[in-house]
Amino acid sequence: MNTLLEINNVTYTYHTKNGETTAIENLKFNVKDKEFVSIVGPSGCGKTTILSIISGLISPTRGQTLLNGKKIEKPCDNIGYMLQKDQLFPWRTIEKNVFLPLEIKKVKDENAKNYGRELLIKYGLKDFLKSYPDELSGGMRQRVALIRTLVSKPDLLLLDEPFSALDSKTRLSVSNDVYKIIRAENKTAILVTHDISEAISMSDRVIVLTERPSKVKNEHVISLSGSSPINKRENPEFSKWFEILYKELDANEK
Amino acid sequence: MKNNNYSIEHALFIKKQKRETLIVNAFRLGVFFAIFFLWELLVNIGVLDGFITSYPSKIAITVYELFKSGELLTHIGITLYETLLGFFISVSLGYITALILWWSERLRRVFEPYIVVLNSLPKIALGPVIIVWFGSGEKAIIAMAVLISVIVCVLSMLGAFLETDKDKILLLKSMGASKFTIMTKLVIPGSKEAFVNMLKIALGMAWIGSIMGEYLVSKAGLGYLIVYGSQVFKLDLVMASTVVLLLLSGAMYYLVTLLEKLLIKNKKYG
Ligand SMILES: Nc1ncnc2c1ncn2[C@@H]1O[C@H](COP(=O)(O)OP(=O)(O)O)[C@@H](O)[C@H]1O
Ligand SMILES: [Mg+2]
Repeated sequence: MNTLLEINNVTYTYHTKNGETTAIENLKFNVKDKEFVSIVGPSGCGKTTILSIISGLISPTRGQTLLNGKKIEKPCDNIGYMLQKDQLFPWRTIEKNVFLPLEIKKVKDENAKNYGRELLIKYGLKDFLKSYPDELSGGMRQRVALIRTLVSKPDLLLLDEPFSALDSKTRLSVSNDVYKIIRAENKTAILVTHDISEAISMSDRVIVLTERPSKVKNEHVISLSGSSPINKRENPEFSKWFEILYKELDANEK
Repeated sequence: MKNNNYSIEHALFIKKQKRETLIVNAFRLGVFFAIFFLWELLVNIGVLDGFITSYPSKIAITVYELFKSGELLTHIGITLYETLLGFFISVSLGYITALILWWSERLRRVFEPYIVVLNSLPKIALGPVIIVWFGSGEKAIIAMAVLISVIVCVLSMLGAFLETDKDKILLLKSMGASKFTIMTKLVIPGSKEAFVNMLKIALGMAWIGSIMGEYLVSKAGLGYLIVYGSQVFKLDLVMASTVVLLLLSGAMYYLVTLLEKLLIKNKKYG
């Protein structure tokens, strides 16, 4: 598999009136095509900052990020960003929410819209195309948010703690759904989370970050057999990984 | 999705609610008639002086006579014209100014103290200046209406624009949206409710402005009738004009609430 994303010695410093904060320092990692990578780290260590840099929303203070060998300078079509809350626009119907990226990118093609509709139908939202977001459950809304990210066919998906606003039971089933959709649509994804179980059960590789300013502390290739995150959680290897990662993160806290 | 096979309990609940609404409406009407009846009665038996307080039947007759002579519609027309024009100017001016201030943080910072001072100034104090500048006609009155309402429009809309969810802005940016797109796709549609609220406030302010303006200058309009009536001690005229004004402003407020229903469609899911 070839490399899709390269993060080369990236440093980022925030400047505010009260001083400066170096959120990440000399960060370096790669993501391969079709890989599912999780980034775990203590809260406030700079995970969101990393995604903001990859998405092109902010430019690194030092170092560079390459997507398909090309430097990322501003938000581009190849990357889809999914935030913590679903951020559906309440005044738009479900399908209009999904079409939003197409409108922004001025895609007039009916096929693109049909693709969005197909995805909604395929993933169980057939009866809700013309509904408004507040008629849907939290899990369904998050699925819509994912489909909205997929509609412009990005190569890389960035997920910033996308399940943390959900209650724990929904969380498990939604993460399962999201995983299946991402796999079925053959996407590369980076998931940021502080939930170790989520990271282990969903990803091919887990990157552990240090405290701020964050660097890569360790990387683990996870190869748990199991068809879905929920299945993988039942694998005896799972608790072994959990312990390893738990200790690594715990060491951070001190 | 909707469940139409309601249980008996639900039917009963709905019935009770309907009954409650009916009772409230009946009492509302009752209060209305009670006040007028009492007023009429107290004047009739001599407790109130009808010359000073006027009374409902006399007010009704005065309104009717004003209407028959054609005067009423002229005065209504003039006041309505001044109020509506003042209202539209303040709303558009206020909305556009708020958008510009949302767009540019620098401008916002520059103008903040001016807006705060203008907002706290009792605008009526500028009345004489306005008369000097705009003459003693409709223009001065419209200017008064605008002056009184525009700042509130700016402040309420700017507040709503600035409250736009930061994460939603981030989301649009990550899709490559320009600032203009963020404005049209998010900031403007996301502030619909604030817009309707602004309309309501601006309408009330425009009424204050136009009537105040007519008190100060003018030879026609409902405000003029009220002042004129009080000067020649025709309290019937004062009361009649006030009642007409009341009905008119109520009707306009109602129109705004209709607009609200039109604009904010998915309220039904709230
Ligand atoms: N816009 C900003 N201005 C200044 N400091 C910021 C800003 N955003 C984040 N930070 C700081 O950078 C650090 C990393 O933030 P973030 O990337 O959001 O962490 P995480 O997502 O891992 O919780 C935090 O200490 C935070 O206070
Ligand atoms: Mg974060």
